[in-house]
Amino acid sequence: MKLSLTRRYSFPASHRLSRAEWSDAENHRVFGKCANAHGHGHNYALEVTVTGSINPATGMIANLTDLDSFVRARVLDDFDHSNLNEQIPEFRDTIPTTENLCRVIFRRLSRFSHARIERVRIEETAKNSFEYVAETAPSRETAEYEFQEEHS
Amino acid sequence: MIKLTRKLEFSAAHFYHNPKFSAEENRRIFGKCNNRHGHGHNYVLEVTVAGEPDPQTGMILDLNELKEILDREVTARFDHRHLNYDVSELAGKIPTCEELVAVLWRILEPAIAPRIHHGRLDHLRLYESPDLFVDCSRNGQ
Repeated sequence: MKLSLTRRYSFPASHRLSRAEWSDAENHRVFGKCANAHGHGHNYALEVTVTGSINPATGMIANLTDLDSFVRARVLDDFDHSNLNEQIPEFRDTIPTTENLCRVIFRRLSRFSHARIERVRIEETAKNSFEYVAETAPSRETAEYEFQEEHS
Repeated sequence: MIKLTRKLEFSAAHFYHNPKFSAEENRRIFGKCNNRHGHGHNYVLEVTVAGEPDPQTGMILDLNELKEILDREVTARFDHRHLNYDVSELAGKIPTCEELVAVLWRILEPAIAPRIHHGRLDHLRLYESPDLFVDCSRNGQ
């Protein structure tokens, strides 16, 4: 059998979807209300799924204390009550859609040392959710992120 | 292939303690869960079976039969029990959500298999709280 464990977190944040090189009219045609000049916000719900075998000494795939503090340090401390466009460096040149948010958060979490991060799922609202699932082979996302970290 | 999910709830107590660890290690690793008086959760279990509907009935399996299996194998054995003391399958294990879902899989798979002709137990999801759940599925899925 295959086991995974999922922990759910939440953070409110604001964003605006627009491209600087497009006109206001074009931005509104493509992004609708999400292009409004001053941005808007969501209560994002973040689910982080880890996989691995159970450590018989603890009965755990990963200790939740380790996972919680890792997610707090890597994601929540930066993202909670933030403006994604202005305050998260990965969104300087990338539109902070929830698709991209999944990818950015997955990259930030990919180096968890206690278990494999298998999936990041984000609910932008109760009606919209997005997920990023790790590739089976060693992930290019992970490799790129490790490369950037080592060289930054 | 069609999947069918039935949901049920049971309430149980547990605590985490490994006799091979020192008292200090137990507290450090397990935190509040190490409180020897135990604490409890309202667990929610989602049981998903997958298969082809029987052309005579339109069903993968009779929901009443599934309910009887779950009443007998889950509710009767786990509801209002202490996982450390009352569940022999968990003896010698730390009764985490991970261990519990693995025990439930080993109990439910053989109980459900003879009732489905063209299908099988596909997936278990066990919620310890709305913020924490584990998934268990067949290898290779």
